[in-house]
Amino acid sequence: MQGKRNYNLILGAAITAVMLSLILSGLIRTPHDPNKINAGNSLSAPSAQYLLGTDNFGRDILSRVIIGAGSTLYVAAATVAIGALAGMLIGGLTGYFGGWVDELFMRAGDIILAFPSILLALVLISLIGPGRNNIIIALGIMFIPSFARVVRGEYVRCRELDYVHSARIIGTGNMRIMFVHILPNAAPVILRAIAIGFNNAVLAEASMSYLGLGVQPPDASLGRMLSESQSYLFSAPWYALSAGIAIVLLILGFSLLGEGIGARDNA
Amino acid sequence: MRYILKRLVVLVVTLFIISALSFIAFQLIPGDPVTKMLGVEATPERIAQLRELLGLDRSVMVRYFEWLSGFVTGDFGLSYSYSTPVSQLLGDKVITTSTLSAMAFALVVLISIPAGFLLARLSDIRSKGKGAAARRALATLAGAVNQIIMSIPPFFAGIILTYIFGLVLRLFTPGAFVSYSSGAGGFLLYLLFPALAIALPRSAMVVKLLRGSIQGELQGDYVRTAYSRGGSRFYVLIRHVARNAILPVVTFLAMTLADIVAGSIIIEQVFAIPGTGRLLLLSISNRDYPVVQAIVVFIASLVVVVNFLADLAYQYIDPRIRLG
Repeated sequence: MQGKRNYNLILGAAITAVMLSLILSGLIRTPHDPNKINAGNSLSAPSAQYLLGTDNFGRDILSRVIIGAGSTLYVAAATVAIGALAGMLIGGLTGYFGGWVDELFMRAGDIILAFPSILLALVLISLIGPGRNNIIIALGIMFIPSFARVVRGEYVRCRELDYVHSARIIGTGNMRIMFVHILPNAAPVILRAIAIGFNNAVLAEASMSYLGLGVQPPDASLGRMLSESQSYLFSAPWYALSAGIAIVLLILGFSLLGEGIGARDNA
Repeated sequence: MRYILKRLVVLVVTLFIISALSFIAFQLIPGDPVTKMLGVEATPERIAQLRELLGLDRSVMVRYFEWLSGFVTGDFGLSYSYSTPVSQLLGDKVITTSTLSAMAFALVVLISIPAGFLLARLSDIRSKGKGAAARRALATLAGAVNQIIMSIPPFFAGIILTYIFGLVLRLFTPGAFVSYSSGAGGFLLYLLFPALAIALPRSAMVVKLLRGSIQGELQGDYVRTAYSRGGSRFYVLIRHVARNAILPVVTFLAMTLADIVAGSIIIEQVFAIPGTGRLLLLSISNRDYPVVQAIVVFIASLVVVVNFLADLAYQYIDPRIRLG
């Protein structure tokens, strides 16, 4: 649609930018020390000094939300990087060359995708143990098939197009066709897959750390804050709300970005 | 018929691969369950005795086929940490988790399909006359709220529902699970809120999908024809559009079912429900692999079988699909 503003893209970019700048500023300094315990000031309500209140150990919730969101985003970025790079390699090669290898990888991908991803991640974690790096490995592997599928689809579509035929006629090598000719044409679709991947990775990381399998205490993580806040839900509802809303904003930002990119391509 | 047979073969092969993978995966990990159970000071005789009891003295292949044949007959082996049959541990918990998943799925269907039609009706760009602008504004607002609900993780939705319905309105006591043996009414009432927590974000996704699908269908020539024959707006929507618009939703609902079953693993933690999910997490931290294996294969089989049934349902709804 001509002339219609792409509100999804604008809003998604705005929310993500706000969260990102909060997280980046948290790398330099946070309002308070996120791990400093102050027993005399536990579960205090939001105030001018502690904007989002304090938790059961008297730690500043805002500082912990900022650090926790950073940790979530770090895991999500690493996960998406593993999934996207491996997925692009596998999807590109199988989609471009086809044949029985393609068939084999796609069937294997079908089986993995048929599983609920949380269940698979749990099984992997039970094999390699909890912790931040192991979560990245488990979730990264989990994300490969969906990226491979998206990229493969683009390569299958593009490999019979005229520009690829022309390139082949003038003697361009397969590698150059794959990465210099086709990849830029597949970029919008891959970009969208990455935005959706971030959305899913944030949800997955938050779920795993809610279950206590991700970042280990005393380091802040949004999921673990939510699970701790449950014991104080009645007396300190702001604790649960702060951590929860941070997760929702991260997911909302990335999902709107994904849709915005999709809408721009179809316009 | 040939298609169904072919799918059945694929189904059996998939189940076979899943069972083999989940069995082998747990054989590869370092750490001997027997030394863990008996401690490091156990005598070699005791170790050998327990290894024989657990069947660990034989080769992996033999154990796999024994485990598989046991699985088919309902014998899932012995739990390492409780020394009771896994089937006995699972019994009640399977019922709880299945009920929770079924309720969540029913809620998704009950909430999302009417809401999707309502939203599509509100945002119909051809609606004219008094209040049309207000209706469209309402539709935009509802769409935005829907997008936010989509982004709420089920466990956060669960915490919000606990606060509203458990602590403020006191409709249930958080943490005080009622088992089905002590009263079906209390059991279902307690599960209603966790089911809602799983269902809300999923429903929002279905609403969005259904709204888009209906709006796409409304552009079709057959819709104009139906209107020109004098069909009312409601009649055309239900009689003509609904049948076509619902197709992608059926596929999505089938995929959703897998996520609902997996989502219950986390929601059981939120509401302290002693179901399969809690047992799975406990067994993972205790390294009680027979239990983990049984639950993984159970959930995976459920998912694969449901996908198969959804495929059949899809064919039934849309006769155009006749894959060879």
